[in-house]
Amino acid sequence: METFAALAHGMAVAMQPMNLLYALIGVFLGTAVGVLPGIGPALTVALLLPVTYKLDPGGSLIMFAGIYYGGMYGGSTTAILINTPGESASMATALEGNKMAKAGRGGPALATSAIGSFVAGTIATIGLAFLAPWLVDFAVRFGPEDYFALMCVAFVTVSATFGDSPVRGLTSLFIGLTLGLVGIDKLTGQARLAFGIPELLDGVEVTTLAVGLFAVGEALYVASRRHHAEEKLEPVRGSLWMTREDWRRSWKPWLRGTLFGFPIGALPAGGAEIPTFLSYSTERRLTKYPKEFGKGAIEGVAGPEAANNASAAGTLVPLLTLGLPTSATAAMMLAGFQQYGLNPGPLLFAERPDLVWGLIASLFIANGMLLVLNLPLVGLWVRLLAIPQAWLYAGILVFATMGTIAAKPSVVELSMLAAFGVMGFLMRRFDFPIAPVVIGLILGPIAESQLRRALAISLGDPMVLLQSPMSATLLGIALIALLAPFVLRGLGRFKANED
Amino acid sequence: MISSHMRLFGAVVALLLGASGPAPAQQLELKLMAPAAPGGGWDQTARSMQQVLVAAGVARSVQVTNVPGAGGSVGIAQFVNGAKGDGNQMMVNGFVMVGALAMNKSPVTLDQVTPIARLTEETQVIVVPASSPIKTAQDLAVALKADIAKVTFAGGSAGGVDHVMAALFAGTVGADAKKINYIPFSGGGESLAAILGGKVTAGISGLSEYEGQIKAGKLRALGVTSAQRLPGVDIPTFKEQGIDLVLANWRSVVAPPGITPEQRKALGDAVEKMVKSDAWKGILKQKGWDDAYLGGDAFADFLNKEIARVTEVLKSVGLVKS
Repeated sequence: METFAALAHGMAVAMQPMNLLYALIGVFLGTAVGVLPGIGPALTVALLLPVTYKLDPGGSLIMFAGIYYGGMYGGSTTAILINTPGESASMATALEGNKMAKAGRGGPALATSAIGSFVAGTIATIGLAFLAPWLVDFAVRFGPEDYFALMCVAFVTVSATFGDSPVRGLTSLFIGLTLGLVGIDKLTGQARLAFGIPELLDGVEVTTLAVGLFAVGEALYVASRRHHAEEKLEPVRGSLWMTREDWRRSWKPWLRGTLFGFPIGALPAGGAEIPTFLSYSTERRLTKYPKEFGKGAIEGVAGPEAANNASAAGTLVPLLTLGLPTSATAAMMLAGFQQYGLNPGPLLFAERPDLVWGLIASLFIANGMLLVLNLPLVGLWVRLLAIPQAWLYAGILVFATMGTIAAKPSVVELSMLAAFGVMGFLMRRFDFPIAPVVIGLILGPIAESQLRRALAISLGDPMVLLQSPMSATLLGIALIALLAPFVLRGLGRFKANED
Repeated sequence: MISSHMRLFGAVVALLLGASGPAPAQQLELKLMAPAAPGGGWDQTARSMQQVLVAAGVARSVQVTNVPGAGGSVGIAQFVNGAKGDGNQMMVNGFVMVGALAMNKSPVTLDQVTPIARLTEETQVIVVPASSPIKTAQDLAVALKADIAKVTFAGGSAGGVDHVMAALFAGTVGADAKKINYIPFSGGGESLAAILGGKVTAGISGLSEYEGQIKAGKLRALGVTSAQRLPGVDIPTFKEQGIDLVLANWRSVVAPPGITPEQRKALGDAVEKMVKSDAWKGILKQKGWDDAYLGGDAFADFLNKEIARVTEVLKSVGLVKS
């Protein structure tokens, strides 16, 4: 009950007209930067920090939270409409979302992602308010071996993005894993596959790879097909809004996505990418319309988008309770706290309850604002698709290039973007799936360093992977997920023989 | 001829401005590079400098650019090659860059830049989980001497200040520093979770990062690396516990190679004015940084000594091949 009283008090703080204004500015800025690839919420908060120095702490933190949530919304818009994920967390959304947009169902895709984000964000914020102290205990006990086991689960489910041919899918995955090796090895500090190029020492940037493969590759592919038959895009086919059928197919993925996103986001090394892909592959397995997957299934948009936003709320759990920033944006928000001499951590809830609960309450408000801001824009956004293809794709190329330069101003980075673009074109041309490359780049380095950390702590004893109950359970799940299809197929054959 | 005209012109401009503005230093239009992504310590230092330099009227404008990559290796290469001889550019750097350059076999080194001043430092701390049987720094020393491999340290990136400190601690107490079991984590957040979760024996980080946890009683601080006790910090130094380990994570600012002595002096003066302003003191307090201003040649000496010390440690733990 204490929580309710505190939350009500927080609502009163957040509802002050000035704080509402800050929240509005925040979600607006966040949506805008989320749309631009490369310029993420972290950079925006960094640029705003000196500006907000003179504002009161509550107001500016509320604005930062708005930027954070807004960025998560904005990234999905470009992913769906022009296959250019604004950040790596919206990649899973692009898989089905862009297919839907091409089939004239961009409206429902944007709507399900906006409403799904709202639902997930709200549930996850409730979780933040009520479960944070309990969840943080769980998150802290999650050791390197448990992360490794979680990565194993994620790897098994990657196959959902393989398309028709497992061999091609595995090839793509291994390209991604190889790219993941580039750069300084985190555990020994030695350079690998960097060929003496200093820019490569930090490894391949996920957004550069994703934008190159998805956006640039797509533009090249479309250009190469011009002489065959120009694909006519109809911006709207059927209803612009979600039909009753769309709602029926969306609500379960929203909830499941939230269940993936919130706890994994709360893990110190969880992030937003893993829950989005886990959600995608779960929806793909559970769907009643497996034939639609790969051609634009609404479940494949609803789930990952919900997971994406829920993980954003999850990230705030360790930030507020422990002072642990687990994403770049959270690190900037921590700097924001420190700017006012506040140290997030176990004492913050006790020392400044007005601030913490005001922030949590304003997350609810930011979420509502984003829904109001985004739904009316759906009609406007889908008009983008009516732009003649040549113009649209030229625009995408400019957009992708500018975003990359904004994130890392270097020739090497741009060359990589171009190389990945050509690679994306060739992979499309020869029917290799693209998503596994990006997933390999994300998961590979995490799995490797966590396994090596676990082994360093256990002094080289591999049994550590089975001794932790969490790790053992997760490895068990991975094993079942890996073997189940074969066993089921075997059983099917067995039954067929009986008949 | 041209140069004397220019000088005359400059003098006239200065006179004119002298009538209207406070000092010709107002004319400084600086470009300041943070060789890291937005948000980290170097970026925050650069942005704080930007704020104070302008607010205190030392410079008319300051532009901060971020060139992230490999502990500053990418930034310094661009700085040394691109800004050579430019008296209006500076770069923020610090302890971590010394190790990063050595490990990445960077063709550009800190010998090539023009040292301006050390600005701040942060004291380092060793912590253990509150439930740990290790109570003091001496207990940790005993554990290290008994079986060094079983003592796991969690801290920041390989070859960074935390890693160097772990090796120095082991070496100072008489254990074989070559065999330390140091587990690098990306960012303070992840390593803190590993310490709180009891996955590792001890953790190393900047004091400000763990202060909240220490005050809340979740972590026990074994000692800090400052030479004397810090005001308001109730943690013994290693020195008073009989372990001769003094170290600080310092941050500094440097200028490009090939600038004239006058340019160097102008930049040095500007930075000195900045650190003496109240606005700068306010920032130090706010961010929990200790003032460690050391200008000119004294800083150059200090930098050389640190480079020698860090390189030796990194060689001893095998991160840099000799």
